Amino acid sequence: MVALVDYGVGNLFSLKSSLAAIGVETQVTSNPKTLRQADKIILPGVGAFADAAEKLRATGLGTVLREEAKNGKPLLGICLGMQLLFEESTEYGLHKGLGLIPGRVVPIETVIPAGLKIPHIGWNALQFAGEPHALFRHIQPGDCVYFVHSYYATDCDESVIATAEYGAPLTAAVAKGRVYGCQFHPEKSGRVGLEILRAFCEEEG
Amino acid sequence: MITKRIIPCLDVKDGRVVKGVNFAGLGDVSCPVELARYYSDNGADELVFYDITASAEGRGLFTDILRRVAETIFIPLTVGGGIYTLDDFDRVLKCGADKVSVNSGAISHPELVQEAAKRYGNQCVVLSVDVKRVDGVYRVFAKGGRENTGMEAIEWITRCVEAGAGEVVVNSIDTDGVKQGFDLPLLEAVCRAVSVPVIASGGAGCIQDFITLFQGLPQVDAGLAASIFHFGEVAISDLKAEMQRQGISARQ
Repeated sequence: MVALVDYGVGNLFSLKSSLAAIGVETQVTSNPKTLRQADKIILPGVGAFADAAEKLRATGLGTVLREEAKNGKPLLGICLGMQLLFEESTEYGLHKGLGLIPGRVVPIETVIPAGLKIPHIGWNALQFAGEPHALFRHIQPGDCVYFVHSYYATDCDESVIATAEYGAPLTAAVAKGRVYGCQFHPEKSGRVGLEILRAFCEEEG
Repeated sequence: MITKRIIPCLDVKDGRVVKGVNFAGLGDVSCPVELARYYSDNGADELVFYDITASAEGRGLFTDILRRVAETIFIPLTVGGGIYTLDDFDRVLKCGADKVSVNSGAISHPELVQEAAKRYGNQCVVLSVDVKRVDGVYRVFAKGGRENTGMEAIEWITRCVEAGAGEVVVNSIDTDGVKQGFDLPLLEAVCRAVSVPVIASGGAGCIQDFITLFQGLPQVDAGLAASIFHFGEVAISDLKAEMQRQGISARQ
């Protein structure tokens, strides 16, 4: 069973439906016990970093996620859920993340040329520096996925496993051990997105 | 680089997809869920559903259909029609919509765009505007293009983007249904005024109209159309192949 963390940030309908479409059993939950029992955890999220980080802290779910990740349970953060995996974000002040992956989250406008629209919204191609990571074993380099974001992760050391070109190579996906993050929305990226979710769900628990 | 989006639009009334020509003379096309699946499988980058039902009963039918669509296809869904309050946003977002398009609702409820952007984020709020030239001035029309609000369109769009609209669908009543191409002068004026994504609507009759749009106005992010896709006059796969041949970035 894959637990979808429900902490009042974002809509889980599409994520739940997309996992159902590839035959994966899910449970939408805010219960720490369910998270501990799950084979894998997906942390979604839409909205502001500070608000989401505070919700994870206030509910105690942040601590559970950190412990489960340290125990080796596969964890996938999506969009804001991915950004929360990092050490900190500068969105409206400096805020601490879960610190599971080195790096920080900063405005896209600091790296892209003036004139490009923000947010980075729409379909963009995934680019891999070397051999594609296992998360991408069912897709091809150049396959497009759907992005909507104004901030991106930087200083991620060796964790970057895919980028998307938008005036600069923006971090599109990261992995460190069994902690994964996608800046894009696999649940909104058609067949390609489903294949990425499938690869994550096939990971040995 | 980001690809230019091709967006079929489905007008839904009483559970069926319809399309008006110059907003009149509606005719049944197909089942919304089947049509959505067909488009998703054939390269649509996003779908827009407009609820043109007036009754409460029809509204309930629409959200049922929306839920079934969102369970079936996994590309971004924008929903419009009958959106006047935050509760309306909530109703369609809970059924799987990713973005909500406001048109007449933004006109009659001036605080709606700002409040929705604050609660759901700018990326969730799409301003849809029906524009028609009246004595050489771009005017905003409400109620499905029937009522001249008297507002100047560029000023209205700018104001809504400042209030938090994250995208703008510009529908030209002058070119809609005529199939002679998009309204490039209007779109250029909008692109000059705002820096959020602009979606062109109204006037596409053939593949070349999209090529002319994206080559003539590279600032435009997406092209939206309905009947030419529904009636098979333009296949999205052919359109995208031609876009790529012409050096326009498109997702296959």
